[in-house]
Amino acid sequence: MVEVALARWQFAITSVYHFFFVPLTLGLSILVALMETIYVRTGDETYKRMAKFWGKLFLINFAMGVVTGIVMEFQFGMNWSEYSRFVGDIFGAPLAIEALLAFFLESTFLGIWVFGWERLSKGLHAATIWLVAIGSNLSALWILIANSFMQEPVGYGLADGNLVMTDFFTLLGNPHVWVQFPHVLASGMTTAAFFVLGISAYNLLRGNREEPLFRRSFRWASVYGIVAVALVIVIGHSQAQHMVQAQPMKMAAAEALWETSDPAPLSLLTIGDLSGTLEVWSIRIPRLLSFLAYNRFDGQIIGLNDLQRAYEMQYGPGNYVPLLPITYWTFRLMVGAGFLMLGLAGYALYLVIRNRFPNPGRLFRWLPLAIGLPYLANTTGWLLTELGRQPWIVFGLQKTADASSPNVSTGMLIFSIVCFTLIYGLLMALDIYLLARNARPTAEQEPAESAAAA
Amino acid sequence: MDLNILWFVLITVLFIGFFFLEGFDYGVGILLPFLAHDDRERRMIINTIGPFWDGNEVWLITAGGAMFAAFPHWYASLFSALYIALILMLMALIVRGVAFEFRSKVEDPRWRRTWDWMLCLGSAIPALLWGVAMSNLLQGLPIDASMTYTGGFWNLLNGHALVSGLASLVIFALHGAVFLTIKLDDPLRSRAFDAAWRLWPIALVVGMFAVGGGYFVSDMYERLGIGPGVIPLSAGAAMLSAGWFIRKRQGGWAFILTGICIVFSTLTIFRGLYPRVLISSLNPDWSLTIYNAASSNYTLRTMSIIALIFLPVVLVYQGWSYYVFRGRISHESSLEY
Repeated sequence: MVEVALARWQFAITSVYHFFFVPLTLGLSILVALMETIYVRTGDETYKRMAKFWGKLFLINFAMGVVTGIVMEFQFGMNWSEYSRFVGDIFGAPLAIEALLAFFLESTFLGIWVFGWERLSKGLHAATIWLVAIGSNLSALWILIANSFMQEPVGYGLADGNLVMTDFFTLLGNPHVWVQFPHVLASGMTTAAFFVLGISAYNLLRGNREEPLFRRSFRWASVYGIVAVALVIVIGHSQAQHMVQAQPMKMAAAEALWETSDPAPLSLLTIGDLSGTLEVWSIRIPRLLSFLAYNRFDGQIIGLNDLQRAYEMQYGPGNYVPLLPITYWTFRLMVGAGFLMLGLAGYALYLVIRNRFPNPGRLFRWLPLAIGLPYLANTTGWLLTELGRQPWIVFGLQKTADASSPNVSTGMLIFSIVCFTLIYGLLMALDIYLLARNARPTAEQEPAESAAAA
Repeated sequence: MDLNILWFVLITVLFIGFFFLEGFDYGVGILLPFLAHDDRERRMIINTIGPFWDGNEVWLITAGGAMFAAFPHWYASLFSALYIALILMLMALIVRGVAFEFRSKVEDPRWRRTWDWMLCLGSAIPALLWGVAMSNLLQGLPIDASMTYTGGFWNLLNGHALVSGLASLVIFALHGAVFLTIKLDDPLRSRAFDAAWRLWPIALVVGMFAVGGGYFVSDMYERLGIGPGVIPLSAGAAMLSAGWFIRKRQGGWAFILTGICIVFSTLTIFRGLYPRVLISSLNPDWSLTIYNAASSNYTLRTMSIIALIFLPVVLVYQGWSYYVFRGRISHESSLEY
């Protein structure tokens, strides 16, 4: 059991870490592609400088995303061999397709984009960054098709004790995919928007020779941001409504709702006892959970205790309730961060519309710090969705405890966890250092142009 | 067509593509600290593979993904068996990947020299480990009746595996050196030819030991007999003739020949494996084959349609990227990395 716990810790560390970098890649690739497209259409050099400036930061981030991603593909076979055998017939396909369609596209064309400014026509060069944006967002689709199968298995049969794919299009059409994928796309856009807003605000506060670049970037990011956050919240809401039907245990855990309720209240704050089965104290808003779930002020939400009993009858003895403090607080942190971002994006847009520059007011200096909000939301969101599925690795079909590699010992796991922790810690520090350094324009910013001019 | 055979072939193709392409990336990285005399020259060397290295690495990701999709038991047994070796390889690949991007972002020469060595080690370690992995694949691993590996880490570093590792290290370094002769001007081009000329006899000798030893540690002898056949012989002949073209300073031909050597060697390895995918050294009945390790026919068929449509597309646009960046990097070229 120790081995399973260690394997889970490692997967959590490596996947959370990987997902620090992915959303920025998803959202910023689109933004940079838009900037370069406007440059091509208008010839305005400021847009070209914008594309190169934000592109440089994009590249630093992208490298981290790629290297941490290789780890993920290998880790299924390395640490979760029994899982891989069980689901490989179904799960392997989207992963292979992700590599063949999306990774090849984004990696090949990013190389062309970086090195091809002088070698390709303006239009063709802009097309390459669009292909990068399409490639990375397409890769998100395929990995989410795979993950959605774990959450809500569809289109499968059983053969020799392992799962087999019965219909590829059912796999793709899994309703979970179509609330999850748009939500992740929008979260990528949100991450990029706040990244650009925060860094632009930082530069505008300090003042430098590239002020037009940052004013324009701020304007773009405020529009991109408000659209993105609005989408994230609306789609997240649909996802939660779907969760009520398809993953009731996760929803009940996110709400710490022990007893089935109709109508069901929304918890503002709940404190439970140490056994995790009783509520000690809570502030709840009556009827609000039913309203969110069903768009009307009544409707039953099944409680944890009833679900636990039902699952024991269906699946046998065991604990089917996820870790409540985690599911409860990650949900609240994610949603809280989301609404705070909505407010800040609205504020940024207000500043733009009312043209409150160059004196934007006191709240403005908080915007650079707000860069952290999407990261908080992204991380807590994934912790919720993965930990809320436990004890299942494939819901209803395989338990996490039965999925790990039997030949991987505790010693090996400790070795690998230490390796990852050390190297990831070091690289995170270096990544932030480089991003911070390159967040301000300096004379060194354009080596390619100065060399070409020489 | 038997889909199981088709997917074995496709995975072989993916590994061939990977070793041919990433092989010279590794080689360039390995030679980096040794061929360049100053920072500018180091940047030039790195920039020869700048547009390509990431796209080349995806061949590995795709090969791994294809293994997972088509032969999940192979993927599961092999990756869990090679756990520590893969951790080491992952560490190296992480450091190497980041090195490309981070290296020139800071002016400090100590920063740059550190990252150059990270690039070098990050290229050398995988180059070595691939030979170790291929050797162990051909020798067989202690796999039990439930397809689970029962060995440890150190038994992977046996004599033949280490010789093979050395062979792959030197051959990739040679492949990289020859690549550099096509992508650079003098004086670097000249230095690359010198390095290739020094590496070539080592590649030949170590390669011969690896191949020869292979007859003793694997069942190649039983399966192929004393005469290995056209493909392995061509691999050897290609490596032999590469030396001639290196001597004559004809980089293009030399590159084609080292490439042929790598391609045909990989083909030989997979032919030696077939129809097994993971040989059990405990009991041949416990070996994983293209049949008992495979996904269902439905999955193989679905994946085949997708692969046969998109793999040619990938080849076209990756080929195009090499065309866009044809030509040599000179002292005056603008450098992005």
